[in-house]
Amino acid sequence: MKKILEALEKDARLTPEQISTMTGTPVAEVKKVIKKAEDDHIILKYKTVIDWAKLGEDQVAALVEVKVVPQRNVGFDAIAERIYRFKEARSVYLASGAYDIAVLVAGNTMQEIAVFVSEKLAPLDAVQGTVTHFILKKYKEDGEMLEGGEGVKRLPVTP
Amino acid sequence: MSKSRSSHIKLSQSPISEIVKSIPPSGIRKFFDLLSSIEGVISLGVGEPDFVTPWNICEAAIYSLEKGYTMYTSNKGTPELRAEIARYIDSRFGLSYNPDNEILITVGVSEGLDLAMRTILNPGDEVIMPDPCYVAYPASVSLAGGIPIRVPTTEDNDFEITAEAIEPYITDKTKAVLIGYPCNPTGAVLSKEELTRIADLAKRYNLLVISDEVYGQLVYGVEHTCLATLPGMRERTILLNGFSKAYAMTGWRIGYAASDKEIIGAMTKIHQYTMLCAPIMGQMAALEALKTGDSEVENMVKDYDRRRRVIVKGFRTIGLSCFEPKGAFYAFPSIKTTGMTSEEFAEKLLWEEKVAVVPGSAFGPCGEGYLRCCYATALSDIEEALKRMGRFIKKHRKT
Repeated sequence: MKKILEALEKDARLTPEQISTMTGTPVAEVKKVIKKAEDDHIILKYKTVIDWAKLGEDQVAALVEVKVVPQRNVGFDAIAERIYRFKEARSVYLASGAYDIAVLVAGNTMQEIAVFVSEKLAPLDAVQGTVTHFILKKYKEDGEMLEGGEGVKRLPVTP
Repeated sequence: MSKSRSSHIKLSQSPISEIVKSIPPSGIRKFFDLLSSIEGVISLGVGEPDFVTPWNICEAAIYSLEKGYTMYTSNKGTPELRAEIARYIDSRFGLSYNPDNEILITVGVSEGLDLAMRTILNPGDEVIMPDPCYVAYPASVSLAGGIPIRVPTTEDNDFEITAEAIEPYITDKTKAVLIGYPCNPTGAVLSKEELTRIADLAKRYNLLVISDEVYGQLVYGVEHTCLATLPGMRERTILLNGFSKAYAMTGWRIGYAASDKEIIGAMTKIHQYTMLCAPIMGQMAALEALKTGDSEVENMVKDYDRRRRVIVKGFRTIGLSCFEPKGAFYAFPSIKTTGMTSEEFAEKLLWEEKVAVVPGSAFGPCGEGYLRCCYATALSDIEEALKRMGRFIKKHRKT
């Protein structure tokens, strides 16, 4: 399974036939493995990483540090769930350090994000405080460098 | 007779030495020149990884430059790098070399090969090697005043050179056997059994062996056996290896030779007068590569493996027979069924379909009828090249 998933992780658009050739596994087996991984939520999602800035689209993101009062018996999980159910919360992590939960918030404008934090996130019962860092520039997203890396060309023939 | 004092010196005979004149021009160079005149070519003709050197390795070199490490190193190479190489060889192969006098850092495996030949060969000494083989092998022997002796290898036994094939070529002038497995251009690997038989032959006839193992980490589904680890071989093997292929460091020019101290001492003697030392920034990078580069190598190998399977299957699907290469990043399909020579096929393919491959004949007479195709190339390029080659073969089918 690992070889198949590794190939898919690099390029989600590979067909089962291509993966079959790359891994030496019969096509039917590849399809079965992929289906099972999808059913077991080992494959969470197929995604395309897009550089919206190139289209002139404004996409604003912010990293919000949330300090939380952990609840008896459940710790941070319950409050984390309340946060991550919001669609604006793109990623939610429990982190060590000065604050407890890191939330990556995405929106169309800074205003939108500010409203989300002040009206939806900060008022939650277990939330003690938030610190919002607006992301000014994206250099790398999901393993992909967004600018530069023009790809220096190799000589076309070398011994 | 007065000498002309014009700025253009006219000589009555060529100033070039006889040995250099006798070395045939590289078949690869000719192809490269042809290719430069055409736009939009998909090239399967490269001999280097399509990965950039992993950033942490580059970063270590950049940091060393910032710190001012720009001077000569010891002729032998930095002690840290030699020590790390000794550690690597020991942990990977259980073979120990003294980093003080049994390891030399060279300017790529290319320099290691040149030094080895100049160290061991007296004029007229013979060196046995497989055919086809890497273009530098016969040239390095000739340049050192020796005579290259080519032993045919064939598709039937996956281009493995065998002790049985070598033995009839041994004469009283044979000094050494030069092998490079995994192999450029064929992608062939040598099994431990065959290596053992070759080792036995070397011991019986008291021959040296030069083993170029630069592709040793790029193997698929098989284990690479280091020749020097076989019983009785350490003292008669010059082990050549480097960082170019496994760590995608071709431009850095760092390799190493490991052998008995008398041989390394002699190689170092030549090296100190010719190169003086390998580039310090390359050595810094290589040290970082050895310390932290293994997981990156593993990822690259997995990536090559996927593309290897695609290209071999691709060739077979378009009607070319192709043995399964288990090492390096080359496939060596046969184009014999088309009735064209390798050069003819490669040239026509380039003009008609803008796909560049290297004719197998550039690597020796036994490469005639084959092509060297490198799969260290983007998957989409490989697939497009296969499509175009399929079209080309259909068009030129022998009726």
